[in-house]
Amino acid sequence: MEKYLLIESRDPYETREVENNYALASSLAIAGNDVTLFLVQNGVLPARKGAKLNGLQEVINSGVHVLGDEFSLRERGIAMDTLPKGIRAAPIDVVVDQLAEGRKAIWL
Amino acid sequence: MKDKKTLTFSIMDGPYEQARTVTVFRLLDNAARRGYNLNVFAYEGAVNLPFSKQSKHPNAVHGHDAAEEDHPLPKDWVASLIQTAKKHGGALDWINCGLCVDERGAHEAIEGCRRGTPGDLWKWAQQSDNTLIVGTR
Repeated sequence: MEKYLLIESRDPYETREVENNYALASSLAIAGNDVTLFLVQNGVLPARKGAKLNGLQEVINSGVHVLGDEFSLRERGIAMDTLPKGIRAAPIDVVVDQLAEGRKAIWL
Repeated sequence: MKDKKTLTFSIMDGPYEQARTVTVFRLLDNAARRGYNLNVFAYEGAVNLPFSKQSKHPNAVHGHDAAEEDHPLPKDWVASLIQTAKKHGGALDWINCGLCVDERGAHEAIEGCRRGTPGDLWKWAQQSDNTLIVGTR
């Protein structure tokens, strides 16, 4: 089992590429890998209450650890206690932790 | 330090363009405060981030002179990251892609930033605990 850190900085309403990136995350998890998807910048927008998840629900269902950057959430006025089930707020420390751990890291 | 890590980052966005630059600087700051050794390979427009001739400017719309406007300069952020790494027992080594510098005439970089080639990125990647490539979109 490999460990992956995927970083998504774009939202799925900007480009369809993001849905492909979500599919990559899901596929890696379904294949038995330990996958973290770190949402940063506009990547956190699907976590806003009432927003369409556009494929992110499948990512959550596949067992990917989906994290939203606390700073990006605050910047965009997204309350951390309103995040959809399966998305957790996290500090950027997590990215540095996982880089230091030696995970395969891809900025999508 | 037993847990001292070495991380390499490659960035490509020029100053004042993308939030990606700020996010990468946040990552560098976080890692610098842990005392990690950090390598940054600046490619394409990112070679302008440590350009030493950046200067503050007034803003007539705001009615501010240069001092009041206090416009943030990426070269100062780079210098601050280098100092933060040093203060916490690590180091931040910054290489600008030489060809990218020549294309942009961005020869004057602040102290602590030097000229190199993509081969340096490859060597860093071989020697580091991890490497994160942050491309343009």
